[in-house]
Amino acid sequence: MSDSKKFGVVAEFDSAAAIYKAAETTTDAGYTKVDAHTPFPVHGLEKALKQPPSHLGWFCVLGGITGIGIAQAMQWWMNSFDYEYWVSGKEPYSWPTTIPITFELMVLLTAFVAVFGMFGINRLPRWHHPIFKHSTIHRVTDDRFFLSVEATDPKFDAAKTVEFLQGIGGVNVEVLEDD
Amino acid sequence: MTASTAPTLEQVAPNIKTRVADGDLGGAQTVMLGIGAIALIASLIGWGEQFIHSYLVAYMFTLSLVLGAMFFVMVQHITRAGWSVVVRRIAENMMGVMPVMAVLFLPILFEAETLFSHWWHAGDHADPTDPMHDPIVHHKIGYLNPTFFYIRVALYFAIWLGLARYFRNASIAQDQSGDPEVSLRLARRAAPGLALFALSLTFAAFDWMMSIDPHWFSTMFGVTYFAGSVMSFYATLALTCLWLRKKGYLGEVINREHYHDIGKLLFAFMVFWTYVNFSQYMLIFYANLPEETLWYQARAEGGWATIGTVLIIGHFLVPFAFLMSRHIKRNTLTLSIASIFLLAMHWLDMQFLIMPNFTKGLGHPGLSTDWLDFTTMIGMLALFVGLMLRNIANSPLVPERDPRLGESLKFHNI
Repeated sequence: MSDSKKFGVVAEFDSAAAIYKAAETTTDAGYTKVDAHTPFPVHGLEKALKQPPSHLGWFCVLGGITGIGIAQAMQWWMNSFDYEYWVSGKEPYSWPTTIPITFELMVLLTAFVAVFGMFGINRLPRWHHPIFKHSTIHRVTDDRFFLSVEATDPKFDAAKTVEFLQGIGGVNVEVLEDD
Repeated sequence: MTASTAPTLEQVAPNIKTRVADGDLGGAQTVMLGIGAIALIASLIGWGEQFIHSYLVAYMFTLSLVLGAMFFVMVQHITRAGWSVVVRRIAENMMGVMPVMAVLFLPILFEAETLFSHWWHAGDHADPTDPMHDPIVHHKIGYLNPTFFYIRVALYFAIWLGLARYFRNASIAQDQSGDPEVSLRLARRAAPGLALFALSLTFAAFDWMMSIDPHWFSTMFGVTYFAGSVMSFYATLALTCLWLRKKGYLGEVINREHYHDIGKLLFAFMVFWTYVNFSQYMLIFYANLPEETLWYQARAEGGWATIGTVLIIGHFLVPFAFLMSRHIKRNTLTLSIASIFLLAMHWLDMQFLIMPNFTKGLGHPGLSTDWLDFTTMIGMLALFVGLMLRNIANSPLVPERDPRLGESLKFHNI
């Protein structure tokens, strides 16, 4: 077992309050690669896990600006450069007429970046995750709450981490293989 | 099922101060009411055409804050909102200014003939051979005639006074009784209330601003006024809460989470204003029908085009970029800056909607400012603030026994 690569240690808790407390205690103890798996969103859990704010917003801004740029360039190119086209007395490039397309493309690309960026950051989709090997993980969609400390954590030490998680009230604490 | 009474304030939050200490806001109140009275009375010196035009701008600006507050209160009830309970009483106190707004409407009523001169006497020129006959206005005299105008004014104020009084009094009565049934009843009454509100606001905007130029029409016009009103209300709400906090009230009750939500709604209605204004402009620009474009023509001449550009930049582009970040909305200083800036922009918007029709008619085409623009605006706004502070001082600062008060106190953004 010690030869194979480990994913980390996973512990089970039985309430939202318990997982919140456990997350707080674990991150306070200096663990950084900590994650929680719950049947429903638990308010403030991301703070207890000390997770930094997501960068997705910035990617979305870039997506939006790209959309604006593409829309403007496309309309300018089509209507007033490549094939100059006068519609109902408006100039070939008339800014008010370009706004609806610009708005739509901005929204479209922002939404694409938000959805696919979220997939990318979370490395989704994937068929399998090491945490599925935990013996009671199926209850994560029902009535149990799980806390994982990953092996990539600099403070990680299989035996000590197991002991720590048991110490803060975790049950079914298991060391999982990574494959 | 008979509901038990809502918990008392001592059970929900024993440590919060919900009453203004005697005379604590008295100084500010006196100063504001004094400025209001002096500025408005001084403005009367200039009674005449310019006075009534400036007065209308100031009136529509101030009215928009009161109407915005009324909309907010009813929307919170109909959605059974939890987060907003701690700020709802301040909105209720703002809409409590409505009776004075009805009195302040009197000059407009007296000078309606001057303001709406383009259609006021249209009924007297029904004969097509009459040189004063206006065929376009003639088709509208079923709606645009003095009698119906007066009836509608009475109707609008009946609706507004009734709604403001009903929703404020019911909420204050609940402070004593703690009856949860009140919240359920207000949620039910808010539905017809909002329908009446939407219709009355839309037609009031048509009557008092759009009909200045009776040839022009836009079904979007009421919505543009509504969007600006609600935006300005949120700006005023944020500033009032922050001022009270500075005075030592509600500091721990209305916290960062609530300001964040007020900021989000401020941002949303600012964008909504842009959306409806652009929709209106875009269709008129594209169709290029003479009777529709003339309204924008008056706003493209003599300096008004500059004001239009300032509105695009200041009422949309700059605040859009500025208010986007959550840190800006959660910081009290940056939120105050955005609120004050957007209120100034709303005032400019009211000028832009009303004034170009007049300045052309007055023989000095184009942009002009008069001292009356400022005295009427300062006077009316100061009066509004003074009256709102009086209302705040006379009732608990939060709905003490609202069943959702506890939820609101613990409110947390994801």
